[in-house]
Amino acid sequence: MTTTTLAPAVSVEGLTKRYGKFTAVDNVSFHVESNKIYGLLGRNGAGKTTIMQLLTGQQFATSGEISVFGDYPAENARVLQQICFIKEAQKYPDTFKVKHVLASAPWFFENWDADFADRLVDDFRLPMKRDVKKVSRGQLSAIGVIVGLASRAPLTFFDEPYLGLDAVARQTFYDRLLEDFAEHPRTVILSTHLIDEVSNLLEHVLVIDEGRIIIDQDAEELRGSASTVVGKATDVDAFVAGRDVLHREGIGGLASVTVSGLSAAERRTAADAGLELAPVSLQQLIVRKTSGSGAAAQSDWSESA
Amino acid sequence: MIEEGKPIFVQIAEQIENDIIDGAIEEETQVPSTNEFAVFYRINPATAGKGVNRLVEDGILYKKRGIGMFVAAGARARLVTNRTEEFAASFVRPLLDEAAKLGIAPNQVAAMIQSAASADTTNQKETVTS
Repeated sequence: MTTTTLAPAVSVEGLTKRYGKFTAVDNVSFHVESNKIYGLLGRNGAGKTTIMQLLTGQQFATSGEISVFGDYPAENARVLQQICFIKEAQKYPDTFKVKHVLASAPWFFENWDADFADRLVDDFRLPMKRDVKKVSRGQLSAIGVIVGLASRAPLTFFDEPYLGLDAVARQTFYDRLLEDFAEHPRTVILSTHLIDEVSNLLEHVLVIDEGRIIIDQDAEELRGSASTVVGKATDVDAFVAGRDVLHREGIGGLASVTVSGLSAAERRTAADAGLELAPVSLQQLIVRKTSGSGAAAQSDWSESA
Repeated sequence: MIEEGKPIFVQIAEQIENDIIDGAIEEETQVPSTNEFAVFYRINPATAGKGVNRLVEDGILYKKRGIGMFVAAGARARLVTNRTEEFAASFVRPLLDEAAKLGIAPNQVAAMIQSAASADTTNQKETVTS
């Protein structure tokens, strides 16, 4: 199942979106392979939502090419029928009760599974008879999650789907997503800044920072692609000299430096030099790469080599 | 259950190996499906599949078409042999490194191991008699 070669669900070439002088998406190119769970990660304002709006035909690109299931998505019924986009703040008609949202969903999603939706309503303890404008923030998010899962759309976007959801409800979402994805593979793009919570669910990671894709990599390759070396500052600096340093912290005579890619032999060398190696989580790695790493790398260690 | 900084598929493969070594999964019995592993460990199914495939490549598991994955005959003995070889590198060596750091000589380490082992057997006898 890992090697099925399907046409990419999404292809983007040189995509740019400007709002006046502000460039939200800056000459971005990437592919999304079918039937994988992607993480679209990045800080607030990095351009995640704009990219999803462009891919779902809700915004027009300033320049560049977009292909979703082989076609340009905007005003294209064949493409849009296959997409479910769960937004952070979805608006529903004022007169709707919760049950009306779920009753109308099958009009838009041909793969809608009503039984699955019912089970999810129980899981999230959703009050079906309440007016949609009166439900709590967390319940509103739960509605979005339920629609996103039960629609089984070939391409599903979840844009920060869990504002107001507590830890239990978020775990329920992750569990149901995995179970259902295993039974009904489809392309899922999960946009979030809760990276630690979702990192194990992802097969591929796209990280966007200031409108540009800075990481486009298999999640497993990314995991373990960096290590933090801790020890006496002089020893640490000697070991990391000439390496790609992502981050450096020091206190007194001690230093903690995050570097990318260490082989087994290099790990051994570090251990022999009395240095400690600590793993770097996906979240830490992304924080390192998106928090103005240029400045950090240049700060105090610059020419210790 | 899943640690940071180590590829998850490696951890899944090791977990299945551990279950085979300690007898939780016997030879010639079926192991859970990739999807079951994915849901249980809360990981991506493709990642779980990668871990299982690694064991298929190593000849620890084999595929019965249309049925699922099974533990190969002789898998346990082979895993124990492999792990024994790794034991020196992953346990003995760090033990000696730490001992050297503290100024404990190798023969002292050996004595400590001996006394810890005999304490263990004494404890076991006590629990049996009590």
